[in-house]
Amino acid sequence: MLDKFGQMFLAIGVLVAVVVVLLLLASLARGRNGDRLRALFFVGPTVLLVAVGLIYPTVLTIIKSFRGPAGTGAFGFDNYVTIFTREALRSSIVNTAIWVLLVPLLAIAIGLLYAIIVDRTPIESFAKTLIFLPMAISMVGASVIWKFVYEYKPTQADQIGLLNQIIKMFGGETRQFLVESPWNNFFLIVVMIWIQAGFAMTVLSAAIKAIPDEIIEAARIDGASGWALFWQITLPSIRASLIMVVTTIAIAALKVFDIVRTMTGGNWDTSVIANDFYSASFTQGQPGLGSALAVLLFVLVAPIIVYNVRQLREAS
Amino acid sequence: MRRITRPIAIAGVAALTLGMAACSGDGDTADPGTDGGAGGDCSAYEAYGDLEGTEVSVYTAIVAPEADPYIESFKAFEECTGATIKYEGDKAFAEQISVRVQGGNAPDIAFVPQPGMVQTLVATGEAVEAPADTVSNVDEFFSEDWKNYGSVDGTLYAAPLGASVKSLVWYSPADFADNGYEVPETWDDMMSLTDQIAQDHGEDGLTKPWCVGFGDGAATGWVGTDWIEDTLLRTAGGDVYDQWVAHEIPFNDPQVVEAFNTAGEILTNDDYVNGGLGDSKTISTTAFPDAGLQILDGTCFLHRQASFYAGMWGEGVEVGPEGDVWAFYLPATNPEEAKPVTGGGDFALAFDDRPEVQAFQTFLASDTWANERARVSTAGGAVSANSGLDTELLANEVDKLSVEMLQDEKAVFRFDGSDLMPSAVGAGSFWTAMVDWVGGASAEDVTKSVEDTWPTS
Repeated sequence: MLDKFGQMFLAIGVLVAVVVVLLLLASLARGRNGDRLRALFFVGPTVLLVAVGLIYPTVLTIIKSFRGPAGTGAFGFDNYVTIFTREALRSSIVNTAIWVLLVPLLAIAIGLLYAIIVDRTPIESFAKTLIFLPMAISMVGASVIWKFVYEYKPTQADQIGLLNQIIKMFGGETRQFLVESPWNNFFLIVVMIWIQAGFAMTVLSAAIKAIPDEIIEAARIDGASGWALFWQITLPSIRASLIMVVTTIAIAALKVFDIVRTMTGGNWDTSVIANDFYSASFTQGQPGLGSALAVLLFVLVAPIIVYNVRQLREAS
Repeated sequence: MRRITRPIAIAGVAALTLGMAACSGDGDTADPGTDGGAGGDCSAYEAYGDLEGTEVSVYTAIVAPEADPYIESFKAFEECTGATIKYEGDKAFAEQISVRVQGGNAPDIAFVPQPGMVQTLVATGEAVEAPADTVSNVDEFFSEDWKNYGSVDGTLYAAPLGASVKSLVWYSPADFADNGYEVPETWDDMMSLTDQIAQDHGEDGLTKPWCVGFGDGAATGWVGTDWIEDTLLRTAGGDVYDQWVAHEIPFNDPQVVEAFNTAGEILTNDDYVNGGLGDSKTISTTAFPDAGLQILDGTCFLHRQASFYAGMWGEGVEVGPEGDVWAFYLPATNPEEAKPVTGGGDFALAFDDRPEVQAFQTFLASDTWANERARVSTAGGAVSANSGLDTELLANEVDKLSVEMLQDEKAVFRFDGSDLMPSAVGAGSFWTAMVDWVGGASAEDVTKSVEDTWPTS
């Protein structure tokens, strides 16, 4: 324990020393190109670290993905062929698509609706806290909680799962929510929405509050109300925030791993790309195939990030 | 970090061992001088000669507290021969051993927990053949199956050490007695017993003869692979089993499909599974440690699981022939011919041929060590396939049953096959196949899907 802290403080000390030395060197830079030289001293270490810690492994991963399943052997497209021909992996891609479509859509619909409903009501802050709470729970923690909610016991036995207990109270047959495909995917998606709706609500609520009262008043005077007000005034005003929330949640949904791993382990046709990537790389000894899946995930995430960056640039 | 913690761990082990030695000394009324050895009698150790001043290093995956009985069991050897055994347990053994061997830093002896790893290590060219005395001990005390697992191309390298068995069926002796059921001797008997239980108790829709759980997070399905291995070894025999594991026959060979279907008479039959838990589909959602517990509340009668399940019943549940729960040997299809047993074990592989290393190797393959280890393992776990092992010395009933199964003349022992297969299959598609199979897919389809994922290179 003491050891760990000692190492931690040592690392912090080294970092401070490096920064001080860099600052000193930067301050020494003078002359015509002084500014540029100083900039180099500040940007250089970051660029170096990103190159070593991010770009180098990325290139390695891409190279690996074009070799055999074990990440060795001759150059070829075997791993990519496997991804698109093996049925289990194809179903993972479809599932990932379902996640990316449904999670942002539903999380935002619920978050926005909630934000509008509780806006300027007496219980606003309490209601907001309530929906924001799941954000404080880790994905794995949330998954464990929901696994209990979905827990199955035969109809005749005592129930542990909340949902099945409710079904039993109304005289229905208990169900295996996590096993019955394709519906089990939706039961997993509910968990992510439960977590992300609070995030969407908070950001969108702040954006709605930021709409100047004058605009709303002017619209009211022009005769807009209800739907028209929402579609013509509110939505366009919060567009930038909306896009930010959509892209953030979409990226989180693309990379979803914890929920699937914890709740079903990818069984019963619930696997997603990130889960298959992990299994292939770390439990099944096929880092080549794992790399190919990682590259696929990267290719899918990239356009969203590019779009996000463009929007940010436009906004500023 | 490792450099710092390892000596501490070893010191801890040493301190614990000394503590244990002191404790057993207190409880013993005999002369303290005779404590910790073979009663001070060194006659069994004379053959190893005088090894005064020598040292043998042992590197294993077994760490404290499981390491304590091992260290204790070497005491008599050390006292009688004068050699020092330097024991080093490391949780990272599996990754570290090849690093050490290739780096020229190999231990004298490694306790290798898998036959596949013995092959890999021998392939490095650093391991040495077992000496003649060790070979004759192995010939005397171990079956051909065990010798083969420690051999490469017909040459014995590593003598077998400990063992564990998987082919057990857990049941409640009291429930059996109340219903007049008897422990089945053959697979057919077991199936008629299963049918009998289903008829006697099936009317509530909840009680079933068998309860099964494949669930283990991301490793869900491995329990099912054990079922298939046990069944295949019974329906097709050891040779086919070996070919199947080595992929000399396809994974979806008709004989394998037949084994699936034989196991499926239980596992995919909603009248026979899943006691207290629902239908066949609940098998893959039930966590494996929970699956057998329905026996305690009477909604299930039979649960196939390895010997480790003895520790899973919870506090206050007595395990034994007269206890609350007990196990019987998963019956063979034809016990007159062969009694297949699946399980695991470890092997002592040497990387040096100094006389003291060879002497210690021979000692490890002897009945003396097997019995000495059983004597000091007061918490149990000293199971070995050594035919010289006296079952009376074992600490608990499950160990006794395991050793009896291993020592049986008709025993055909095979390692857990999925552990020996490439991990893309053994820790991947084979598991998934089991989940899909109990979910309703056909044996043909799931075995084909495994065959398709078998790595080509």
